[in-house]
Amino acid sequence: MAYAPSEEPVALKILVAGGFGVGKTTLVGAISEIRPLRTEEVLSDRGVGVDDVDGVEGKTTTTVAMDFGRITIREGLVVYLFGTPGQERFWFMWDELSYGALGAVVLADTRRLTDCFPSIDYFEQRGTPFIVAVNCFDGADKHEPDDVRVALDLDPDVPVLLCDVRRRASAKVVLVTLVEHALKTLTAAQRK
Amino acid sequence: MTEPQWLDEEAGPIVRPYALTGGRTRSSGDDFDLISLVTAVVGRQADEAALGPEQRRILAIAQEPMSVADIASEMDLPLGVVRVLLGDLHDHELISVRPPAQVAPLPSERILKEVINGLRAL
Repeated sequence: MAYAPSEEPVALKILVAGGFGVGKTTLVGAISEIRPLRTEEVLSDRGVGVDDVDGVEGKTTTTVAMDFGRITIREGLVVYLFGTPGQERFWFMWDELSYGALGAVVLADTRRLTDCFPSIDYFEQRGTPFIVAVNCFDGADKHEPDDVRVALDLDPDVPVLLCDVRRRASAKVVLVTLVEHALKTLTAAQRK
Repeated sequence: MTEPQWLDEEAGPIVRPYALTGGRTRSSGDDFDLISLVTAVVGRQADEAALGPEQRRILAIAQEPMSVADIASEMDLPLGVVRVLLGDLHDHELISVRPPAQVAPLPSERILKEVINGLRAL
């Protein structure tokens, strides 16, 4: 396939972060064709102090599974979604995942709000545009986005919204909100 | 398109993943981003004998621009293994690898607006 120089294929990366069991896989699956992606990491110095390998000294690699989805906007313009591994022992994956990312969705569960603190800290430090999407689980009290914003001590410009990641329409709103936020961040940076 | 795999659910892969790379875990492909776009170089005649079946399959998959993550998922191989294979292909100038657009320069406003409209239309 031939592309004119101005029409070179463009790939964009969006991350879906949040605590274990918060609905990352469901969100990626609601909006895109989800596919498994494995990475077999060699336990090198990066693993020291992270992986407890006592008693399994023979083990030199560890397998990390990630959620991976693809949304084709048009021919030559593709958005990739990556669910970040939830467990803290896989922090070493995050730098690679977030490098060059357009932005991140931090999924939060109000019953376990502290689970998303590490993700928020991470993206704040890296300057990656992010939004907080509060997944409304059945049986959980509904919270107003502003209450969540206060509880998470977020900057006023970080969008916070409620969502139901099982619903495609809701997942769409989440992603549109993130890309709009990224666009705003981009144009603000260009004006400086 | 999935090819039969020598896979036993209980025991895991019968061939350890890095056996495909001759045990090498590092290569010039280490820095390829997950969404770097890989394209087989047109007109480059590969020395078939020098390539393994996995590398030939990568060349077949990458006839059109394909991301590193897509290739790993399609091949059902861990990323680390795929990066070593891609590094070899790159060293032999059989593939071109384009880093993602947003690393430098940032995606244009036009592209992002197109993404927003495209997502809304899903």
